[in-house]
Amino acid sequence: MTAWTGKWGVAYAGGVADELFKALADPTRRTILDELTEKSGQTLFEICSRLSMRHRLGISRQGVSQHLAVLEAAGLVETRREGRYKFHDLNTAPLRQITERWPVPDTPKPEKSTS
Amino acid sequence: MRIHLTSVFVDDQAKAEHFYTEVLGFVKKHDVPVGEGARWLTVVSPEDPDGPELLLEPAGHPAVKPYRDALMEDGIPLAQFAVDDVRAEYERLRGLGVHFTQDPLQMGPVTTAVFDDTCGNLIQIATKPQ
Repeated sequence: MTAWTGKWGVAYAGGVADELFKALADPTRRTILDELTEKSGQTLFEICSRLSMRHRLGISRQGVSQHLAVLEAAGLVETRREGRYKFHDLNTAPLRQITERWPVPDTPKPEKSTS
Repeated sequence: MRIHLTSVFVDDQAKAEHFYTEVLGFVKKHDVPVGEGARWLTVVSPEDPDGPELLLEPAGHPAVKPYRDALMEDGIPLAQFAVDDVRAEYERLRGLGVHFTQDPLQMGPVTTAVFDDTCGNLIQIATKPQ
């Protein structure tokens, strides 16, 4: 085990991996991660707007909230309160679990995501 | 039937008058005392002085706070105003100290942004639909 600290280090062998793979298994959740990759720190409203207007995904706000809860459980999304607003930040650190468990050769550049 | 008037609740009418006129650039249409310090305070767009009025309504009712707090937490705007150029308006308002919870975002033909009106509401600006 390498440089993992805090909850990720502790939980490495436990249920966190299950949460991670579950979170990544859904195309809508991968799209949410794509949008947060473009800009981290979005309100629920902005995430909903992007999903409906850019991706034509007709999901209710409650549905998006549920997807965000799954992403948060996997550690891929973190929420931050700033004054009266709540923002969602991307945290890709848990993805290291995948390449540390199944190392890949160095790649020139990451492939464009496909859902 | 026409939409003649709509309203947003505001924490403080004097502060709201300042923000909606001096900062956003609307003009006051009606300002009538209605007792207990409250005013019937409406503004209109200078581009459409006979158009729909926005009532800046006191937020005294106990249901208003939890309602608005929940919407604000999720970044949900309570009104939308049309502008010719969202990005230019964003820059202008930021220069006046306005805080945005959503920077200009292009989604197909529409660009939107969301800011805090300092009176308890989030407001969306959007390019006019063609």
